[in-house]
Amino acid sequence: MSTALPKIKVATERAGNLNLFTPVVTAPKIRVEGLNFFYGRTQALHDISLDIPERVVMAFIGPSGCGKSTFLRTLNRMNDIIPNTRVEGRVLIDGRDIYAPGTDVVELRRKVGMVFQKSNPFPKSIFENVAYGLRINRLVRDRAELEARVEQALRDAALWEEVKDRLKSSALGLSGGQQQRLCIARALAVRPEVLLMDEPASALDPIATQKIEELIVELKKQYTIVIVTHNMQQAARVSDFTAFFWMGRLIEVNTTEKMFTNPDQKLTEDYITGRFG
Amino acid sequence: MKETSTGTRTTVVAHGVFRWPRMLSPTGDAGDAIFRSLLFCCALLIVLLLAAMIAAMAYRARPSFAQFGFDFLWGRSWNPVEGEFGALPFIYGTVVSSLIALILSVPLSLGIAIFLVEQAPKGIARPIAFLVDLLAAIPSVVYGLWGIFVLAPFVREELGPPLQGLFGWTPFFRGTITGIGMLTGGIILAIMITPIISAVVRDVLAAVPMAQREAALALGATKWETTRVVLANGAPGILGAVILGLGRAIGETMAVTMVIGNRPQISLSLFDPAYTIASVIANEFTEATGDLYLSALIELGLILFLVTFIINALARLLVWSVARRTQPARV
Repeated sequence: MSTALPKIKVATERAGNLNLFTPVVTAPKIRVEGLNFFYGRTQALHDISLDIPERVVMAFIGPSGCGKSTFLRTLNRMNDIIPNTRVEGRVLIDGRDIYAPGTDVVELRRKVGMVFQKSNPFPKSIFENVAYGLRINRLVRDRAELEARVEQALRDAALWEEVKDRLKSSALGLSGGQQQRLCIARALAVRPEVLLMDEPASALDPIATQKIEELIVELKKQYTIVIVTHNMQQAARVSDFTAFFWMGRLIEVNTTEKMFTNPDQKLTEDYITGRFG
Repeated sequence: MKETSTGTRTTVVAHGVFRWPRMLSPTGDAGDAIFRSLLFCCALLIVLLLAAMIAAMAYRARPSFAQFGFDFLWGRSWNPVEGEFGALPFIYGTVVSSLIALILSVPLSLGIAIFLVEQAPKGIARPIAFLVDLLAAIPSVVYGLWGIFVLAPFVREELGPPLQGLFGWTPFFRGTITGIGMLTGGIILAIMITPIISAVVRDVLAAVPMAQREAALALGATKWETTRVVLANGAPGILGAVILGLGRAIGETMAVTMVIGNRPQISLSLFDPAYTIASVIANEFTEATGDLYLSALIELGLILFLVTFIINALARLLVWSVARRTQPARV
């Protein structure tokens, strides 16, 4: 069972090697097969195939514009809201193609949560921000359950101790790092199975970043996490697997350890050692 | 550059003569100073004009104010022949016709704006937005003509009777339906302010960051739930748009004058004729004989001016507050 099925030429030459370092033998949580993505006539993703196992952290790295964010957003169909975009290929989550006709996108997005690059709390209270997903998805029966779930989500996001005395005050009064953890809490509250994070710490200072990173490692016990990052040290610190994207193609998928010590592809090595990008 | 220096007197004087006040020219350059003064005068002119208008109106309204004092506001009788001047029927007509306009226009305008910003594909949204903007450019006298020849008969024959049948038991839909009256005036106003309200709401909704929509969608929100998040974000701006529309409705003159009936009375029935402040000024100014009559009309004008001024200022503030919030937040 391989973690990756890259179909591009450079990778297939060494495809045999991929089996050697695969530590996880469960069925993949997410399987992507031959994914192409187009913005109008511009093709942004070329024939991406990739498996993401359950309860791991997979990091997507690559230079700006390489398609890693676009690819992340295909996993919860967030690109649907951008006009003139088109997807080819399949994305299977728990074996079900999320692009199949009749897919309930609302249900999909509840199952596959997302945290964005720039924290985007609603202009509401801290409590109401976390409660939002629970309310709209009607996941709780009464007030007591709502409060319990909000508290749990804030605890999971390591924010509870900082905000428990001011749940009713505006979320916009929190610091940047707190706002981002609030957004993580908001995503966690609906208990997704997969958490997509699009450069969640890129706008934060080192201390706030460290908190987010510790959080990611903690969350891995319960969630499958896919994180896009520009910061290679961050990828190395938090992820189990790393995928390297370059010009809309998936160049290499490997365990993070191997990726950063002895990558299979020359291109990966050049990028990681800072020769371009 | 001390003014009191003795030894280098000539240079100091030279500096003293040609140095421009920092407020006018931070660089000390004469061209800058002239340019800046010129622009400042342009801006100042508007402020002076405003002040002059208020002063002139207040001055010319003195006879009426001296005669009636604040009773002018509550007086229910307007009889120039007898020298009785009370503003209440006009205030009532202005307020009620504007409220009817808002009640009809706000849901419609919100619907238009939400459709154009949140739902319609670009290819459809642009032409429709253009058409809506075009509605705002139609001269109000044209609306008035349309009101007389199309809307008034429609209210008399098609809209009035069923309304009376359904709600005739309330005081609001009683009496003969002539088609000329408060309801027709309100409907005309609603049509006239819809382009303004919907255009401003459109801008407000478009200014709500995409990230807010993404945040809602990523939590499994439906299109409707996402729209509610967007509306909540833009709430102050939407309120501002509504108030802006109200300001326009209150000040609108021509079209309303042509369809509202122009009778200074306070009647609960929306089918009855009424009169607005703007209409009475336009209608009676040329025939106003005597200082008191004229000054009463001018005082009405002053009331209208101050009310619309305050309403517009409030609306702008609210719209600005949204624009400011959508700037990148501090981290």
